[in-house]
Amino acid sequence: MTATTIDVAQRATPGRIFLALLRRDISVARRELPYFLLRTTLQPLLFIVVFGLLLPRMGYMTAAYKSALLPGVLAVSLAFSSVQSVALPMVADFGWTREIEDRLLAPISIELIALEKIVSGVIQGLIAALFVLPIARLIMGPIAGLSVTHFALVIFIVLLGATAFSVLGLLMGTLVNPQQIGLMFSVIVAPMIFFGCAYYPWQNLSVFPVMKYAVLINPLVYVAEGMRGVLTPGMPHMDLRAVSAALTIIIAIFWTLGLRSFAKRAMG
Amino acid sequence: MLSSVRGAGHPHAPRSRRVIYIPPVTDAAIRTDRLRKVYTTAPPKTGRGAPGIAPDTSRSPAERRAGGEVVALESLDLQVEAGEFFGLLGPNGAGKTTMIGICTTRVMPTAGTAIIEGADVRTQSTLVRQRIGVVPQRPNPDNSLNVRENLVFHAAYFGIARAVANARARELLAKLGIADKAEAKVSQLSGGQQQRLMIARALIHEPRVIFLDEPTVGLDPQARLDLWGILRELHSQGRTIVMTTHYMEEADRLCDRLAIIDQGRLLAVDTPEKLKARAPGGTLIELVLDGSGDAIDAYASAVPGVSSAETIAANGATTLRVYSERGGEVIAALVALATENGRNIRDIHLAPPSLETLFISLTGRQLT
Repeated sequence: MTATTIDVAQRATPGRIFLALLRRDISVARRELPYFLLRTTLQPLLFIVVFGLLLPRMGYMTAAYKSALLPGVLAVSLAFSSVQSVALPMVADFGWTREIEDRLLAPISIELIALEKIVSGVIQGLIAALFVLPIARLIMGPIAGLSVTHFALVIFIVLLGATAFSVLGLLMGTLVNPQQIGLMFSVIVAPMIFFGCAYYPWQNLSVFPVMKYAVLINPLVYVAEGMRGVLTPGMPHMDLRAVSAALTIIIAIFWTLGLRSFAKRAMG
Repeated sequence: MLSSVRGAGHPHAPRSRRVIYIPPVTDAAIRTDRLRKVYTTAPPKTGRGAPGIAPDTSRSPAERRAGGEVVALESLDLQVEAGEFFGLLGPNGAGKTTMIGICTTRVMPTAGTAIIEGADVRTQSTLVRQRIGVVPQRPNPDNSLNVRENLVFHAAYFGIARAVANARARELLAKLGIADKAEAKVSQLSGGQQQRLMIARALIHEPRVIFLDEPTVGLDPQARLDLWGILRELHSQGRTIVMTTHYMEEADRLCDRLAIIDQGRLLAVDTPEKLKARAPGGTLIELVLDGSGDAIDAYASAVPGVSSAETIAANGATTLRVYSERGGEVIAALVALATENGRNIRDIHLAPPSLETLFISLTGRQLT
């Protein structure tokens, strides 16, 4: 049917295919960027308006609360844009559209297909966090103790957090049925946000010791605390080594489970 | 780790993949050896979401269920030669989709081997995927991309450079008559056009073997004829084509050779002509009679021109199945026979020797 000769065998290297899969996800995400940002950052930004602007001005909150709130809100944006950008398309793909089928036919191992989803989730998480940061700063005004002097550390924690939630997205996206998406958000995501130490530092949970230790199963705690540690180091926060260790363990567990579940769904 | 997770979770997946399997040298495009597939969960269904096709919820009588397990394929040996147009013919649930699923590395076999273009589906699945193109029954284009992008990105998944892919996409879209839709959203395409897009997608990386799973289900008659033309052309270019269908006419007209599959077993494999020649005793005549009982088949066997007769009772009716060497001439005698025996005739069905009559003689059931 054609005069063009195509040597697939020679050109179909895993690296090249991986980048092609990533390019597809990024170009689709770019088209949906406004909706994506609206979906993932509106809720944290509204929270900032109420708790970072209105309540401090009314005198119900001290200005110091802004320093605790900002890293937490960034953590929420980062985490939930990562988890959503991996899980939502996957639920649809495996649930009814089977659109992912054309990528499952690519001559690349299934692990790399799953890994590409994670990388794409991390990138989208970063974009959401980068979008929220200046707006939050604008709404709240000057924030005491905010510093990005440890830029490498900021990047490290952000990448770890986004990866943890992207692999969680892989697991959720392969386990949840399309009919249960609404339930997933109200039963898993909402409690995760409210008990994720996003809106208060973990150490202050000492006022409620049982809860202080119960929330440790929540991955968001480590992202929020890590963000506090690198952005507002003056605020109480968990040791960054503990944060890194916890996030690494979470990534290992979710990746193992998520990959198994992905392979199962992918193989009809 | 990297190659061992595909198919993990399957109880029968081999634990160790360290042994390097060297497939036997063969010129065949496809060779399966004692291929077996047992599902512990719901098997894939061809009819899934197909327009106008109700979801196939029964899947019986196709599989034998044993302890919750569904045997979809039972020791299937097949060989498809390079350049052949090969048909898999069988009723819904015969195991056709499972067969295609295994050959396209999308379903892990429980036992046996399948070698596609020299690569093993189990241990060399990425190599297999490099060499095949797949047209699903239900079009599953990437709805986030437009028509042209569907092709260009799919090409990229095979490592094809963008400039080459763009040229090739243009060429294929023109060839398949949807060039004017290149920048359209896939949702704007008709069912037939989406099916063409799927064919273009399957061809973009120049595969040697093309698998089509019930490609004409849900197409209007004109779109079906057009598709036949496209498939014939692909075949004339020397590609190996494997197509499943449950339409006799389609199998008869298009395929070089056919495998008749039922309940996961291979019943016959040959050219359509030879298969039709195997159809027993000439024209098949079926009379559906009210009531059941009495030995009307014995009387029918005595009618001149009848080579064999049998009765099948079901739902308060009896089907008298007769093979006639004199075509429809014996109908009058059979009707008279039924009337003499005081039986009302509900329906008469007449089929000249065909794949259909062969299928009925092999399985005792209608194909569709």
